[in-house]
Amino acid sequence: MSDTKAEIQNIVDNNDVVLFMKGNRDMPQCGFSSTVVQVLTHLEVEFKDVNVLETDELRQGIKEFSNWPTIPQLYIKGEFIGGCDIVREMFQDGELLDMLKAKGLAA
Amino acid sequence: MAMAAHEIEAMIKQALPDATVEIDDLAGDGDHYAARVQSAAFQGLSRVQQHQLVYQALQGKMGGELHALALQTSPKEKD
Repeated sequence: MSDTKAEIQNIVDNNDVVLFMKGNRDMPQCGFSSTVVQVLTHLEVEFKDVNVLETDELRQGIKEFSNWPTIPQLYIKGEFIGGCDIVREMFQDGELLDMLKAKGLAA
Repeated sequence: MAMAAHEIEAMIKQALPDATVEIDDLAGDGDHYAARVQSAAFQGLSRVQQHQLVYQALQGKMGGELHALALQTSPKEKD
């Protein structure tokens, strides 16, 4: 496993909810990243934000790690949940909140 | 850099011949699209796996030439 993959694995293993995004939660650099931050904030979920723009290795590495071509990417308890479209759909269906509740991550 | 809607549709249909594909050019700039894709191939797959099939059909263009493709997928009943 490359260093970048090991680093990503480590982040995903050690944080219940991780959002790989462009920018950070206070200043998203892309509308899609911003949407997911808004969803998580609305659901009052604690999450770790990782700015993939910090290094090229991370920006490329996360796409390979998840086999997913775009950013943002949401992980919950080590499982890849999806990008902006899927998160939005799951939020609207109430599925995201149910999942977070089931995992003890939301009230 | 941009891709035409019919090119996107053709690539998806090449990989998923039974697919029903509807594409909207959201901004009229040939770079921000929304696609709804229905295919029997999606049956039994998670949303992530369904989207991955479409991304595979686009052969690496997603995230490259194609900046934004909002995707909505759903399984189609087999005939």
